[in-house]
Amino acid sequence: MEIAYYPGCTLRTSAKNFESSSIAVADHLGITFKELSQWNCCGTVYSLASDDLMKHLAPVRVLIRAQEDNKENGLDNKLVTLCSMCYNTVKMANHLVKNDEEKLDTINQFMDEEPDYEADVNVLHFLQLLDEIGIDRIKENTKKSLEVLNLACYYGCYLLRPEEASIDEEPEAPSIMERIMEAAGARTIDYPFKNECCGSYLTVTEKKYTAERTYKIISSVVNRGADAIVLSCPLCAFNLDRRQKQAKELHANMKSIPIFYFPQLLGLAFGINSNELGFNMHYVDPRPLLKEKRLIKR
Amino acid sequence: MVDITLDQDKKDFIAEIEKLSGQKIMRCYQCGRCSAGCPLADYMDLLPNQVIKYVQLGLDKEVLECNTIWVCAACYRCSVVCPKDIDIARLMEALRLLILRDDIEKMDINKIKKEEYAELPQIALVASMRKYTS
Ligand code: SF4
Ligand code: SF4
Repeated sequence: MEIAYYPGCTLRTSAKNFESSSIAVADHLGITFKELSQWNCCGTVYSLASDDLMKHLAPVRVLIRAQEDNKENGLDNKLVTLCSMCYNTVKMANHLVKNDEEKLDTINQFMDEEPDYEADVNVLHFLQLLDEIGIDRIKENTKKSLEVLNLACYYGCYLLRPEEASIDEEPEAPSIMERIMEAAGARTIDYPFKNECCGSYLTVTEKKYTAERTYKIISSVVNRGADAIVLSCPLCAFNLDRRQKQAKELHANMKSIPIFYFPQLLGLAFGINSNELGFNMHYVDPRPLLKEKRLIKR
Repeated sequence: MVDITLDQDKKDFIAEIEKLSGQKIMRCYQCGRCSAGCPLADYMDLLPNQVIKYVQLGLDKEVLECNTIWVCAACYRCSVVCPKDIDIARLMEALRLLILRDDIEKMDINKIKKEEYAELPQIALVASMRKYTS
């Protein structure tokens, strides 16, 4: 199965291991990500102003590329994303123009160098695609069960809110990531912060806030016996991983734990070579834990 | 004492915020759920429900001086818990935009240290520039 794929900027720079592990896992399950023939940054945050359509042009342009590529390649009119922020921005812009003909028309007329957007692309997050393909397929492909790992699945905000963007039917009690990780054998814990904000982009100007959020979230999962956090957003990953440094400066007793992208662990379960999974790109090195649990050799 | 009679200026301010945010500000009955759930409330000088109250009272200068709108990370936690269906994240954005659209920038990229700049993910930089510059 082939599906149009939008990487976004961060997966090509600071989160290369998220992309390489996702592609390897998809490949393993017989899914080929067909990268859009051209793409631009989506703007990373969905504009919340009622009067400004300019900020929606970038994600709509991405959607037009998907529509045109899908026509050319004869694919179902879908687009898959990995980064939670790209997912949210493109999904919400799609939702806006699908439900507001006048705005869609204005945007189409403004971008007269592009074909009209027909507002028909179905935007999916990779987690939804995995869920659709089926838990059984993940089970069948699991060669090395993750049963030795106790995981805290962390959703953050943009996979679940606003409601129109939620990848789970129950945005306040999501379970899609748990389902997928459990299919690969892992145990998961329940904890109160899984859909609470990590401090997001405040990490640029107010490091302390994100360090405190990181401390709260990590202490909560450590207290409940988690070995690691698994997530799907390169910004959450940055905050929960790298900001452990500042969090430790503020709270010397904090225990460090590794932060994984979900496909990195699925890749291990499927027996994919760990070089493709990028465990060397973390701030808190996950390899000691993986070695201790006998999930990797070196 | 706060004067709660609304003169035309105050009414105009409220109307502008309602238009920009697309939210009916007067519906808020001050239950405080938005503030109770806000993950960043600890760092705010006005709580989210106070921000709404200030807007209801037309206190434009006062509300535009609060740090709350810059501490808010647009996480939508408040928006999903409001029993009056007010999307508070949009209210915060409208208040930010009133300032940013006057060409006032709230972030100086040159102040970010080189080492930090190199390690920050693109989405963090783009998002903060979107929220703090016009
Ligand atoms: S949750 Fe809604 S009604 Fe309650 S204080 Fe906040 S904005 Fe007002
Ligand atoms: S959107 Fe802003 S005000 Fe609302 S809960 Fe999140 S950080 Fe707090």
